Amino acid sequence: MTPMPETGAVPSAPTHESFPLEPGALETLHARLAVRAEEEGLLEVSYRTLDSPVGPLLLASTMQGLVRVAFEREGFDAVLETLAARISPRVLAAPQRLDDAAAELEEYFAGRRRAFDLPLDRSLSSGFRAEVQQHLPEIAYGRTLTYREVAELVGRPRAVRAVGTACATNPLPLVVPCHRVLRSDGSLGGYLGGLEAKSILLDLESGGVGAA
Amino acid sequence: MTMREPFEQAVQRHGETVLRVCRAVLGPGPDAEDAWSETFLAALRSWPGLDEGTNVEAWLVRVAHRKAIDVTRGRARRALPVGDLPERESVLGNPGERSREVWSAVAALPERQRLAIAYHHLGGLPHAETAEIIGGSAVSVRRAAADGMKTLRRAYAAEAETDGEPR
Repeated sequence: MTPMPETGAVPSAPTHESFPLEPGALETLHARLAVRAEEEGLLEVSYRTLDSPVGPLLLASTMQGLVRVAFEREGFDAVLETLAARISPRVLAAPQRLDDAAAELEEYFAGRRRAFDLPLDRSLSSGFRAEVQQHLPEIAYGRTLTYREVAELVGRPRAVRAVGTACATNPLPLVVPCHRVLRSDGSLGGYLGGLEAKSILLDLESGGVGAA
Repeated sequence: MTMREPFEQAVQRHGETVLRVCRAVLGPGPDAEDAWSETFLAALRSWPGLDEGTNVEAWLVRVAHRKAIDVTRGRARRALPVGDLPERESVLGNPGERSREVWSAVAALPERQRLAIAYHHLGGLPHAETAEIIGGSAVSVRRAAADGMKTLRRAYAAEAETDGEPR
């Protein structure tokens, strides 16, 4: 047996800190991985975050188009887990895949965009909810409808509560403008992003803020 | 049940470990980076079919082992001209002083010590499993890893002394 030499102050157990990586090494490799994954058709759900006047947003897309816009209060981790379970666990942060969506949202918040022109993947919604959500972009920028009016618009005038549910479960808020639907008494109703976010958006669209 | 976790979590949690393993096996440079990329690309491909209870880190380290072998074999063929190599910079463009020293010290170790450190110390595989990958017995893996770590520690001890003294 070789005698163990005294190693003094040198730590006896190796730690990962003893094998340092340069800052930024992983980021570069991650970005490269996203490019390769896309080339090989493996990037089934890509996502990025975006700061906005209504707080950080998570944007996710499939190969078909934008599939989810989420508010921070929904919990980004929970949202990603749901996407993994419902669409595919091949979920990767790939900001460049969402450049167009991020740019359009930034223009919207700056008051320079009134309608979105993005490919959408509506596969997270089905049935009546999907039908209602399909009609929401017909409500023009700066205008609002009541839940009852939306029910009439989709030809189901008595389905007011179901319209409320469809708005509350809209997977593509902002882009599919559920914030333009209010209660009959003029009060805000609900909003996935919180009532403050809803009023910020309505103010923005009435020309109140940010006409940059 | 098959895997339902977002793949991104695997990259976040185990990306550094896999990079350390690849560097210890292949040296600090483009080969290690290629092995890292191939590992995570293969992992992404297999991810949806992976059993939910899988030890993801150990699984990734085993994939990295296979990809490192591919890269090593590829080295031999690298002499051939390649038409369209993707343009890129090495992530080692401007490594920290300490990082550079550590990885060149690892690269200078005898191969078996280097591999034992890569898969056991850095990759977290048990001695027996490391032995399955690099050959030999669990006991010999334990010894190789310990000898390698001893050399590295000695190198740092010596370095610390010289750094402290005027020349």
